Amino acid sequence: MYDFTYARVSSVADAAKQLKGDDDAKAVAGGMTLIPTLKLRLAKPSALVDLGGVKDLAGIKVDGKTVTIGAMTTHGAVAASAEVKKAIPALAHLAAHIGDPAVRNRGTIGGSVANNDPAADYPAGVLALGATIVTNERQIAADDFFKGMFETALKPGELITAISFPVPEKAAYMKFPNPASRYAMVGVFVAKTAGGVRVAVTGAAPSVFRQKDMEAALTKKWAPDAIEGIKQKQDGLNSDIHASAEYRAHLVGVMAKRAVQAAG
Amino acid sequence: MAENVGIGASVLRKEDFRFLTGRGTYVDDINRPGQLYAHILRSPHPHANLKKIDTARAKQAPGVIAVYTRHDVNEDKLGGMPCGWGVKFKDDTPMKEPAHPMLATEKVRHVGDPIALVIAETRAQAKDAAEQIAVDYEILKPVPTINDAIKPGAAALHTEAPDNVCYDWHIGDKSAVDSAFGRAHKVAKLDLVNNRLVPNAMEPRAAIGDFDSANGDYTLYTTSQNPHVIRLLMGAFVLHIPESKLRVVAPDVGGGFGSKIFHYAEEALVTWAAGKVKRPVKWTADRSESFISDAHGRDHVTHAEMAMDKDGKFLALRVQTLANMGAYLSSFAPAVPTYLYATLLAGCYATPAVYAEVKAVFTNTVPVDAYRGAGRPEASFLLERLVDVAAKEMGMDRVDIRRRNFIPNSAFPYQTPVAVQYDSGDYFGTLDMALKASNWSSFRDRQQEAKKRGKLRGIGISTYIEACGVAPSNVAGALGARAGLYEVANVRVNPTGSVTIFTGTHSHGQGHETTFAQLVADRLGIAMDQIEISHGDTGKIPFGMGTYGSRSLAVGGSAIVKAMDKIVNKGKKIAAHLLEAAEADIEFKDGKFSVAGTDKSKTFGEIALTAYVPHNYPLDVLEPGLDETAFYDPKNFTFPAGCHICEVEIDPDTGNTTIITFTAVDDVGRVINPMIVEGQVQGGVAQGIGQALLESCIYDGNGQLLSGSMSDYTMPRADNLPNVDVSTHVTLCTHNPLGVKGCGEVGSIGSPPAIIGAIVDALSEYGVKHIEMPATPQRVWQTIQAAKGKKAA
Repeated sequence: MYDFTYARVSSVADAAKQLKGDDDAKAVAGGMTLIPTLKLRLAKPSALVDLGGVKDLAGIKVDGKTVTIGAMTTHGAVAASAEVKKAIPALAHLAAHIGDPAVRNRGTIGGSVANNDPAADYPAGVLALGATIVTNERQIAADDFFKGMFETALKPGELITAISFPVPEKAAYMKFPNPASRYAMVGVFVAKTAGGVRVAVTGAAPSVFRQKDMEAALTKKWAPDAIEGIKQKQDGLNSDIHASAEYRAHLVGVMAKRAVQAAG
Repeated sequence: MAENVGIGASVLRKEDFRFLTGRGTYVDDINRPGQLYAHILRSPHPHANLKKIDTARAKQAPGVIAVYTRHDVNEDKLGGMPCGWGVKFKDDTPMKEPAHPMLATEKVRHVGDPIALVIAETRAQAKDAAEQIAVDYEILKPVPTINDAIKPGAAALHTEAPDNVCYDWHIGDKSAVDSAFGRAHKVAKLDLVNNRLVPNAMEPRAAIGDFDSANGDYTLYTTSQNPHVIRLLMGAFVLHIPESKLRVVAPDVGGGFGSKIFHYAEEALVTWAAGKVKRPVKWTADRSESFISDAHGRDHVTHAEMAMDKDGKFLALRVQTLANMGAYLSSFAPAVPTYLYATLLAGCYATPAVYAEVKAVFTNTVPVDAYRGAGRPEASFLLERLVDVAAKEMGMDRVDIRRRNFIPNSAFPYQTPVAVQYDSGDYFGTLDMALKASNWSSFRDRQQEAKKRGKLRGIGISTYIEACGVAPSNVAGALGARAGLYEVANVRVNPTGSVTIFTGTHSHGQGHETTFAQLVADRLGIAMDQIEISHGDTGKIPFGMGTYGSRSLAVGGSAIVKAMDKIVNKGKKIAAHLLEAAEADIEFKDGKFSVAGTDKSKTFGEIALTAYVPHNYPLDVLEPGLDETAFYDPKNFTFPAGCHICEVEIDPDTGNTTIITFTAVDDVGRVINPMIVEGQVQGGVAQGIGQALLESCIYDGNGQLLSGSMSDYTMPRADNLPNVDVSTHVTLCTHNPLGVKGCGEVGSIGSPPAIIGAIVDALSEYGVKHIEMPATPQRVWQTIQAAKGKKAA
């Protein structure tokens, strides 16, 4: 990796200040994407602002119908949380199947959502559950947050502090992993929420998206066969050595049906 | 012997304590005083003329000691990377053997081709400086695949091979084959690809060059399977350093699978550079660098035809193969698709006539060379798939057609129509055992049950053969080998009776330190903790050819046996003197020399001590000491064979294949350590599963490696692998003293056709005849869709 300066900050305000003062500085949470990128010399930040020392950014709170997860909470902690398992088992299941144990013990929900990797799992859960992204400056609805490949609504110096998830009536996440990387080649999160049925797809396109045709069908009838005939359009889907757009489009249907089945 | 540690005992591996506790010493663990770090600037382009290389800024960068390019290589009159096996065209003219420079000269020919060597105080400084080198490339049209290379008018990589053909070789009796096809009842035909693989040993390659300026000695520490071969090739052909001034050490090595046989430019570069800068120079590949600099494996495109009579008896086999050599000839590349491939095309079958043509081509890709199995997996995949197709063509059962064509047990030694002679085997025996162990006969019940669950279940079988321990040296030499293929052992009995074995083979996961010690415990009757196996250092080992092609036990073990025979013979002479008996009356058993028919005896330790403290000793007729060396040149290859059966389930909605059971019954000759054999077979099967279902090295049309990291190259993981049920069925090798055949590669040779056969069986309701490797979920799904489309049409 290239040389950079390193600062371990103790508050979000301090982190924001350092990031705002230097366009080439980068925040690091779990580092599960950033550190390999640095090692491959694919990024050359001037400074790393390490959020690992900020108090109160990690933790899980369940308050009535809302589960709030601090940005620095690891995937492993979410997966193991009895409260999350009880309130939103689909979310615990999602977290339990990210990467491998090493990644789950370092990687954080805030880091994953802020990075918005097209093949990451969390964005599907955040979008399908209609979560709210809480930052040091404001609250952003999931529908307004994911802007495109590795792009979000976050402004320079804006940091996710927590994500709150309304508890759904039913939900499930099914992914078909990329055989090599084990990232989602196609992941579908379905949720029956107070705000309606929501279906979010990750891995298939440059950014997570909602499958509105399936949402409409599942609103009429919450059952796997309700989406039987719905064809995901191939246009705009990713195509690579592991999966063509056609295959991905097909898998969206298969994974969606299996998710509805699993949600019960 | 007090403990059961001899031949046939599953002794726990002696070496595992240091491996499992993280105390092995790998090349990158070695650090020499004053050590510098090397980084290699590699070409990002697959094919380009190299115009100006400007290193001025890099030389001024912080920490930089030296930057070397083609200019320095030329100035020092260094050689290029040598090739160790020459193959001939059909008309007996030699293959095209273009130069393979250490650092690119007028052209770069693959992504990763080395251009400059940067040496600095730290690795980061060397990398930083490499980014300061300005290279002026004139981009040329890339030739990334076999099909691109043979297109008329394709860009030529080398002026020596204007049509990109390295050789166009053949074997077998063409007219006999043609005439058999003329009278065939039916002909089975198959086109298939043997997918290109990246070896990916767990430990990336590394090398440290060290130069002792006091006496001009060079030492190279390297991740090698055969340090003496590296010393020979590098010293004689590249750097022109006499063997006496060059020591090559291959310490613990974290897997090789063939990819660490070859002499690589980095080894010569660090050794040369150490002499120039008068400080040790270390280079360690990172994983990305391994992908573009370690020799790749396989990469064949083949058309094959089998002629049959009305009873399904094979009359003749005709094979045309195009083999990818990559951009340059790696050390043993030409031999892989010829003498390690086409000579095995008879398989286990008494096919009377075989004719194979192999055209090897240059492409703008990393050089291709031996990878676990080397040629033999390509042969068994082609033949076993073709036999399945032949069964279908004849409307016969896959097992029946195999039985009908097997070489009968009474026919050994059996001369095949493709040069080799099989010494022993029992193909019916391994087949019957595997059918029973896999519950073959009740498979259709399991298939029905799976169908109820919406799954497509299939079963596949392969009855493969392989050849290990390329031999004998004079025959290999006549076929183009430029080295001997014997092995060397030095058995040093120490004064108090402990034994150190110096072997020219090299263990990098195979467990030689245990298996070889068992040979010694068995023969000399001493305890395992009194036996040390030393390997991997040309400064200690007399000589040797290293470890590859499952040769270590069959060839290296035989050399140890031969040297131990000399020890016992000398021990008998000493014992005869001490016991005042005739030498002919001395017997050696269980670690004791005794006079036949008496209770007079001397222990092995007493004899050893006497040999080194020769006070009461026949000095007039016998030298003191007990230290013997043997060279063993094998009389023939060994021919392991067996039957692998795989059962899979396919999810038709996603195309995902799950291996449910895998049964391997292998005849590897006499088994020294059953636990190690089981592990070797399981590891080989894991790699076979990798090739069949997961691994694919893909270059795009621009010559860029798309599968250049673990994120895109699918290595098998624990959850891809079933429990592999391994058993052995022994017929002894008839020409080596241990009766052993070799077990390192059978797993990767036997398994791919069984796995693909199972998938084809599962998809048979769609009329699928063949599916290419790797049978990824996408490929299986697409195959189902295409078949459904055909049915609908």
